[in-house]
Amino acid sequence: MSDAFLQVRDLKVHFPIRTGGILIGRYTPLKAVDGVSFDLNPGETLGVVGESGCGKSTLGRAVLQLIGATDGAVSWLGTDLTSLNKKELIAARENLQIVFQDPLASLDPRMTAGDIIAEPLLNYRSTMSKAERRMMVEGIMERVGLLPRMINRYPHEFSGGQCQRIGIARAMILRPKLVICDEPVSALDVSIQAQVVNLLMDLQRDFGLALLFISHDLAIVRHISHRVLVLYLGRVMELADKAALYATPRHPYTQALLSAVPIPDPTQERNKDRILLTGDLPSPLNPPTGCVFRTRCGKATDLCASQTPKLERAGDGQEVACHHWKD
Amino acid sequence: MTSVLEIDGLTVSFSTPDGDVSAVSDISLSVDAGECLGLVGESGSGKSQTFMAALGLLADNGTATGEIRLDGIDLLSASEKKLNTLRGERIAMIFQDPMTSLTPHMKIGRQLSEVLIEHQNVDTKTGWARALDMLNRVHIPAAERRLDMYPHELSGGLRQRVMIAMALMCEPEVIVADEPTTALDVTVQAQILDLLTEVKDNLDAAIVLITHDLGVVAGLADRVAVMYAGRIVEQGTVGDIFASPAHPYTQGLLACTPRLDVETEELITILGQPPNLQNLPSGCSFHPRCTYVVEQCKSERPALEVMNNGHIKACFRPHVEA
Repeated sequence: MSDAFLQVRDLKVHFPIRTGGILIGRYTPLKAVDGVSFDLNPGETLGVVGESGCGKSTLGRAVLQLIGATDGAVSWLGTDLTSLNKKELIAARENLQIVFQDPLASLDPRMTAGDIIAEPLLNYRSTMSKAERRMMVEGIMERVGLLPRMINRYPHEFSGGQCQRIGIARAMILRPKLVICDEPVSALDVSIQAQVVNLLMDLQRDFGLALLFISHDLAIVRHISHRVLVLYLGRVMELADKAALYATPRHPYTQALLSAVPIPDPTQERNKDRILLTGDLPSPLNPPTGCVFRTRCGKATDLCASQTPKLERAGDGQEVACHHWKD
Repeated sequence: MTSVLEIDGLTVSFSTPDGDVSAVSDISLSVDAGECLGLVGESGSGKSQTFMAALGLLADNGTATGEIRLDGIDLLSASEKKLNTLRGERIAMIFQDPMTSLTPHMKIGRQLSEVLIEHQNVDTKTGWARALDMLNRVHIPAAERRLDMYPHELSGGLRQRVMIAMALMCEPEVIVADEPTTALDVTVQAQILDLLTEVKDNLDAAIVLITHDLGVVAGLADRVAVMYAGRIVEQGTVGDIFASPAHPYTQGLLACTPRLDVETEELITILGQPPNLQNLPSGCSFHPRCTYVVEQCKSERPALEVMNNGHIKACFRPHVEA
C-alpha cells in the first residue's frame, strides 16, 4: 500500500518484570502487546476491544510512541515513528492526539480550561498572538459544546462530561489527523456517554479524522466503529468490518464476548444463549503456549496448544486467528 | 405476596458546609419475598443512599427520616445493637468493589465463618465447614484451598463470588446488591449474573439490584424503579418499563443506551446534565432536560400517578401505551 496513513506492523511491547532473585534480578517479559498489525485510513474509526489486561491501552500508547515499542513498526504517512528521535517525534505528534479515560485526572487541576486547551497551540504555533489563541480556544470550546465564558474556570468546577469535552477540545485544537480515544466514555453516565459519542462522530465527519477507539464496551464500539479489532492477552483474535464482526463473529472469544453483553430488553436478555467462559484471564507473565485463548476455549484441541494460529481470511473484510473457526 | 422490606416516605439528607443536601427525597418502595427489584439511576440519583440508610450505613453527616421496615421492624429507629443482629443475618449487602469491601488481612475462611460465629453462635470448625459449603455453592473452583487465601490472591470475579457467598451465609430475607458487576469484565460479569439468577431462582430472598446498567436489570429484575435527582420517577414491571416506558427520563435512558443487537444511526441523547442536588430545578427536577416540558412542569412537581398493572410515573404528560 502506497497511500499508507497509519500502518502498524507486528508491533510488540514487552515490559521486563522482576520475577524473583534478590541479589541477581531475574526478569520475565510481560508481553502486553505481542505482534499486532493493522491499517487505519483517513476518516475511519477502528474500534479496539478486549477485557482488562488485554493490552488495548498499551497498544494505543505505543502507536503514539508514548510507550516505546520493543519490536515492529508504526508507520505514519510513510515514516516509521519507532525510528524517529525525540525532536522528530514531537513534530510528528502535531497530527496525533489522545483523549484519556479519566476526564478529571487527565487535566491539570491548576490550569484553567482555557490554558489547558491552548497548551498545544503554545507548543506548536508559538508565533500565534494571544488574541488569536483566545479566539481559537473559544471557537473550539463552542464546537465541543462548552460555553466560551467558562474559559477561566478550573477543571474541578466542571462535571465529568464537561471535563471530557475539555480533553477533546485540547486534542482537537491543532486539527490532528488521528485521535486515539482510550476509553473516553467509560467514566461517564449513560446519558452523558451518548452526548460524547455523538460529538466524536460529528468531529470525525467534519474534519475527516481517523479514530482509534479503545473500549471494553462492545455496544458503543459497534455504534462508532467502521472496523473492529479484538484483542486477548496482547494478541489479535479477530479483525473485521463492523457488520461482519457483529453478524458473524468467527473467533470463539469474539462469540463469547458478544454473547456476554447484557441487552436492555427483558425478553431477549432472558432467552438468549450465553456462551459462558470458564475461569479467568491467565497471567500475562505466563501465557498459555500456542493459542493464548485455548485455556478458556470450548473448541481447544492439542493443535491449539502446540501451534499459534495466524490471522487468516475468514470472509469479506474479516480475519480471524483460530485453527477451528470453520468447525 | 408479602412485602419483606417496605420503605415509606424516606428522605436522606446530608449536612454540608454549604447547607443541607437531600440525596433522597420522600421515596416509597417495597420488595416481596422471592422478588428482584431493580433500582436504576445515574450517579447521584440517590439509589445507593436509599439502601445505605436501610442498613444504617449512612456517613456521619447523613440523617434519614421516614420509615424503613424489615418484616415489621423499623430499621431507622433501631439501635446500633439491634441493627448489628439484623445486618448479615436478615439483610445483607453485596458491594460494588469486591477488593475494598473484603478485609485485606483476613483469610477468606475466617471472613466467611465470622458471619455465622457472630450471628448463630456456631463454633469455628462448623463455621469453616459451612464457609466451604457456601464457596462450593457459588461455584468457586478448588474451594478448600481458597479458604486459606487472602482476598488479594483471588481474581476480581472470584472475589465477587466470595462477596456473594458472604451475603448468603445466614440466608437473609433481603439481599441488596449495589452495582455487583460494574467493576468486572464483561465475560466475568456474565458468570456473576448467572450466579445471581441461580440465587434468585433457588432462594426465597428478596433481592434489590442497584445498577446503572439497563441490560443487567433486563436480565434479572421482576420490577424496576427509576430514580432521578433523589426521587422515584417511574416504577413498574420489567416488561412495562422496557416495552412501554412512561416517564421521559426512562424513555431517554433507554434511547441513549447503545445496543449490541441493533444498528443505530445516531444515538438519541438526553440534553444537559444531571442537576446539582444543592440547587435543584423548580417543579419537576427533570424539566430543564425534558423534550416535552410545559409551563406546569416548571412550577409544580408532578405526583406519582398510578396507571394500570401497578405501573406508576411522576409526569404530567398523559401516557400512551406502546
